[in-house]
Amino acid sequence: MSEGVDKSRRHFLTVATTVTGAVGAGFAAVPFLSSWKPSARAQALGAPVEVDISKLQPGEMIRASWRGQAVWVLYRSESMMQSLPEVEVSLRDPESAQPQQPGWATNQYRSLKPEIFVVIGNCTHLGCSPGERFEVAPADLGPEWKGGFYCPCHGSKFDLAGRVYKGVPAPLNLKVPPYRFLNDSLILIGDDAGVA
Amino acid sequence: MNSSENQGAGARLLAWVDARFPLTKMINEHAAEYYAPKNFNFWYLFGVLSLVVLVIQLVTGIFLTMNYKPSAADAFASVEYIMRDVQWGWLIRYMHSTGASAFFVVVYLHMFRALLYGSYKPPRELLWIFGMLIYLVLMGEAFMGYLLPWGQMSYWGAQVIVSLFGAIPVIGDSLVEFIRGDFYISDITLNRFFALHVIALPLVLIFLVVAHILALHEVGSNNPDGVEIKNVKGPDGKPLDGIAFHPYYTVKDTVGLAIFLMAFAGVVFFAPEMGGYFLEHANFEPANAMKTPEHIAPVWYFTPFYAILRAVPDKLGGVLMMGGAIIMLFLLPWLDRSPVRSIRYRGWMYKLPLALFTVSFVALGYLGMQPATELYTNLARVATFFYFAFFLLLPWLSVADKTKPVPERVTYHA
Repeated sequence: MSEGVDKSRRHFLTVATTVTGAVGAGFAAVPFLSSWKPSARAQALGAPVEVDISKLQPGEMIRASWRGQAVWVLYRSESMMQSLPEVEVSLRDPESAQPQQPGWATNQYRSLKPEIFVVIGNCTHLGCSPGERFEVAPADLGPEWKGGFYCPCHGSKFDLAGRVYKGVPAPLNLKVPPYRFLNDSLILIGDDAGVA
Repeated sequence: MNSSENQGAGARLLAWVDARFPLTKMINEHAAEYYAPKNFNFWYLFGVLSLVVLVIQLVTGIFLTMNYKPSAADAFASVEYIMRDVQWGWLIRYMHSTGASAFFVVVYLHMFRALLYGSYKPPRELLWIFGMLIYLVLMGEAFMGYLLPWGQMSYWGAQVIVSLFGAIPVIGDSLVEFIRGDFYISDITLNRFFALHVIALPLVLIFLVVAHILALHEVGSNNPDGVEIKNVKGPDGKPLDGIAFHPYYTVKDTVGLAIFLMAFAGVVFFAPEMGGYFLEHANFEPANAMKTPEHIAPVWYFTPFYAILRAVPDKLGGVLMMGGAIIMLFLLPWLDRSPVRSIRYRGWMYKLPLALFTVSFVALGYLGMQPATELYTNLARVATFFYFAFFLLLPWLSVADKTKPVPERVTYHA
């Protein structure tokens, strides 16, 4: 070998070492990044929950908790049911075209049973929990208001099927969780196995 | 032993150290022989003050971690424990919470100073970028710190801000879950925010502050006249309009520091909650994942950007505008093409837009605290327009502006 420096060999070794080191660093990052994902315990705590609706009367709503989120179960009264088609012109997604619900809830009521409405009570804007505003035409929401949900954080409005109104910050309808009826008075939230 | 022997020992010790570590060299480079323009006014206090607040936050923060428990079950109670049972715990915590707001007060004034005197203009672009990065990290630090007391506002503030990432197309939802480490803001989220707040971000912050100061001392300080003092040097090679940072400015800054600390102590002792602006009322209630408070607003230093977010009736659009508001600041050195730095020698085409921008920023700050009514939302839209107009028109206005001749040396009224 000559005493001169073989520049191309040096360049090759530098690049090869750098690339190998970068790949190694990439692999070493995996456990650290993965440790940020929901842990096994967090996933176990996210298991389905049962909600008893035997005492729920028409027009009433109860709040359950699933995965730390509020889940509302609303028993829609007859007048509430009538309001659903009436407000459709002012809604952004009245047909529920966006996949904010399991396939079986892509209907006018966004529910399994028309009267019983189950929805996650987190605004699709930035996750605040909207309040129940079931009264018709209150002073602050105007004469057009047929009852629904109003988010105090940023003013998003939803109808009684959790469908978002036009012209508010929330982009999507409220999310309907997977759920099924164990019997007439018991709902299992978080699991829709066997629901068509 | 007499005093001359003492001095001799001291000098010998210094020589011993200097042979092994560049102590004297560093002191000279950054203080005793760092020449700063002699015409600094009070606007030039806020850099030093932010350094002092950083130290206050580090020291009080270390002592708070000795009694705070970062778990959803214990956090709220441990803060109450600090406030009621730990000896002087209330003082340490109020210093830390007041320090957070004070940090933003001095940093906003420090940044405004740069807008007044063109301190971001070449050759100080990188200095400005480091400063903006400090501001960004500071916002992250403040946001994560605010979750730790685990009150209602902590909880729902974190919920809203973390959800911002959900606006990113495709990866948004999994990114939010990744940040929270759970399906909601939970014990897990609190624990990791604690780690970031007390270890990761402070380390980054200190690194950036060092970089900021090194960059400053490399290019030299700007001044209210926007004149480069290095251009006129005396026979000794030192700028004629420069004075040594130590002792001249260390002494001057001490006066400003004393006044600042009086105001700081006044807040700590007499108005630590500042009527709900520094510590929000809803945060005296433990976090409840089932119920959002009637009215939620971030702490005052985030409200201008929050108002911009709310002004846009589209989730992704709002997030982009909010991010854009910060990016505009980063781009300032390249948007401003004026040949003149200081506002003293600029014309109305800079003064008027800057005034409108300042008013808009303060107005957005106010509107971000108010409920999202139609009137307030519309006002926020107007203010957002002026905020962005300042930056987007600057490339043209700064060229068209009629500037006054800049003196060769600084003006100085003793």
